[in-house]
Amino acid sequence: MSWAGPEDIFLSTSLASYLDRKILVLLRDGRKLMGTLRSFDQFANAVLEGACERVIVGEQYCDIPLGLYVIRGENVVLIGDLDTEREELPPHMIRVSETEIKRAQKVEREASELMGTMRKRMEFLDFD
Amino acid sequence: MLFFSYFKDLVGQEVTVELKNDLEIRGTLHSVDQYLNIKLENTHVVDQDKFPHMLSVRNCFIRGSVVRYVQLPPDGVDVDLLHDAARREARGG
Repeated sequence: MSWAGPEDIFLSTSLASYLDRKILVLLRDGRKLMGTLRSFDQFANAVLEGACERVIVGEQYCDIPLGLYVIRGENVVLIGDLDTEREELPPHMIRVSETEIKRAQKVEREASELMGTMRKRMEFLDFD
Repeated sequence: MLFFSYFKDLVGQEVTVELKNDLEIRGTLHSVDQYLNIKLENTHVVDQDKFPHMLSVRNCFIRGSVVRYVQLPPDGVDVDLLHDAARREARGG
């Protein structure tokens, strides 16, 4: 973050306004972490207290507790301020256990891998 | 430096930021910094059903390195001014 001049004081892209709040962090590998922002720096490195990973597969979701996390800034895509007044998830979603969601993730991953190989085969055959 | 100044002038406008992970977020440009990190207010995701985890996010900080495009309203840009600034930058830089 740049040094704020006197006119920049209201313009600052600082994460300071998110300190001690519950936030959602999107990571480059697609993971979504939630927790309380305790610290940050100019690289968007962040310390998340009471972190949990929210895994969503279709209509199912699960929050896996992680504890205290230090996130390296280069992996951060987005940091979102969670509005506690609003619902975090669509109401029709079902909360499941960790084992259940891991199983669902595996099924989804295998399905997309299958789609990938099928597409590659079609491209190889070069259908017009 | 040019685009930092350019985005500073765009603060308050409604923009859509498209990220490298294909996420599209519409919101009001709150602030920008030298790394072109962006802070958006009053955000909502363009394809909400595809990204259910973002439902209650109203303000967000987007790391500059993950932005693919910043979509602007066509009348939000003074093209001639930008053109001149770019020419000046190219000459002086």
